[in-house]
Amino acid sequence: MCGIAGLIHRDGTANIGKEMTAMLLSLRHRGPDSTGYALYGGPGRNDYVMRFKVAEQEDTKKGFDIHDEIKRRRALVEERMKSLGVNVLAREDATEYAYRYRIQYDGDMKKLADFIEDVPKVEILSFGHALELIKDLGDAGVVSGQYRLDDFTGTHAIGHTRMATESDVDIRSAHPYWAYPYNDIAVVHNGQITNYWAMRREFERRGHRFMSNCDSELLAVYTAYNLDQGASLEDSLKESIDDIDGVFTYLVATKDQLGMAKDTMAAKPMVLYESDQLVALASEEVAIRSVIPHEIDTSDPYDGVVRVWQA
Amino acid sequence: MAGVTTKPKSHVSLEMGMHTEALAGRSQQRFFDISEENVGYGYPDAPDVDFNKRAEVDCAGREPRDINLEIRSLIRQGYGTIVLNNPGAKHSLAVGILNRLNLIIKGSCGYFACGLIDGPNVRISGRVGWACGENMLAGTIVIEKNAGSQFGAALRGGDLVCKGSVGGRTGVDQKGGTIIVGGDTGAFTGFMMQRGRMVICGDAGKNLGDSMYDGTIYIGGEPVSLGVDAVWAEMTAGDREWLARKLKIYDIKPAGGVDKFRKIVAGKQLWNYDNLEPSEKKLVL
Repeated sequence: MCGIAGLIHRDGTANIGKEMTAMLLSLRHRGPDSTGYALYGGPGRNDYVMRFKVAEQEDTKKGFDIHDEIKRRRALVEERMKSLGVNVLAREDATEYAYRYRIQYDGDMKKLADFIEDVPKVEILSFGHALELIKDLGDAGVVSGQYRLDDFTGTHAIGHTRMATESDVDIRSAHPYWAYPYNDIAVVHNGQITNYWAMRREFERRGHRFMSNCDSELLAVYTAYNLDQGASLEDSLKESIDDIDGVFTYLVATKDQLGMAKDTMAAKPMVLYESDQLVALASEEVAIRSVIPHEIDTSDPYDGVVRVWQA
Repeated sequence: MAGVTTKPKSHVSLEMGMHTEALAGRSQQRFFDISEENVGYGYPDAPDVDFNKRAEVDCAGREPRDINLEIRSLIRQGYGTIVLNNPGAKHSLAVGILNRLNLIIKGSCGYFACGLIDGPNVRISGRVGWACGENMLAGTIVIEKNAGSQFGAALRGGDLVCKGSVGGRTGVDQKGGTIIVGGDTGAFTGFMMQRGRMVICGDAGKNLGDSMYDGTIYIGGEPVSLGVDAVWAEMTAGDREWLARKLKIYDIKPAGGVDKFRKIVAGKQLWNYDNLEPSEKKLVL
């Protein structure tokens, strides 16, 4: 089933970590397997934040030398970053296997990402000036507590609570997906994409990488490709209505925009609240109510609808 | 099933125009044999309630099951008017009420609000999520704001009214009753509709009335397209009189009045009923 949620503050920053946790906890019944956040801090940051993992949560429970192996992988990542001229400003260990690095780097983003992900079991979760992507197993309460998200301030966010139906229960298959290798773009999706394999093969032939077998990852790659070709976010969302087969509702966030698209069958839910100060949307209204307790007017976007909001 | 008779030729539902033709063969029509004086009967164990006896329920911080149990308990105590405060868009509120009752919900509901009800009159001041009034048998539900998809799915009787706009697949598999939408509806509205009436004051999405077997859809605006086997039909003075009367009950005033409404019915090209069992069919073929 899965639940998705998004919000964007149009008049400044707010505690989006706490808000998104409330929304995702309200959607917990739609999927308790994993929870993910794409949180966008305020503008003006010159350095990058890179979030990456070197193992799956499940890996840490297997074998005798996994803990040493995790250290080896992390050291190898640091060695490769150093060799490409990355200046690490700060390191935070969110968990034993997932980290947040604040870095300075002015080289080729794709080269850096490919070099780091060449280390076995290493995956960059996000890279950007504003974006921080956090995902792990369990509900929003568990993940928020684990990664200390309750004090995260920013302008906008998207989130996902997952019921695994077509791929594994692991961080690799959890949403959101970062639109590798582009800064600050993330995607969450609710639905099934039926031309996933055909489109995946097409993108792989063009050199794009897929880290999972989850059909939702296709939307991140698809969006990244379109933006790279010069399309606006709105154009990409509109094109996806024709290009993507299946039933889907998905959200895309960039450093200063939040967008949504709904397929032509309108088979996957989305409820929208819109005001001059705040836009909130979610699979169910109960999530919007968790951040806006007073009575409001909401609506269901119809089939084939695409919307984009500016932070 | 005691009290069930087959009356294919003449029945109150036919006289009321709930559907137009009697089905034959394996898809027989079966009606409860309800005499005129017993219309509006209650269930044998339905508690007698006093509409002047009023109770308020605060839904904040409570599970839907807990709230629904309290509604039942209040009905058993004879409360005929119950007010739900702070519903918070919770799912499955006020489902399965088989009793006379005035229910006032102050706020918004989530999915499956007031599903499977038979008898109560419900007013919801906010919005409802997916499948409000699903399988409702009798009574009224009036929603002041918007509604989600599958509004009135498999509705069997009663009036289901949304004064705002509703999502896609409104009245999917509708089997009776009346659905009234003050605003617009989404795609596939009236999909596989079998009985009853639907009134759309605004516009409709694509494939309106797709694969409808029977029933009537009235639309004041424009549909993006009609579905398979949905066809335009002539509006009669009776249609307009019924529309005006029905909309007046719920204080819905469509722009331009009822004169601009048009009617959609089944083209019946998809009808494929016969009297043969599948095994007999093989022999014939």
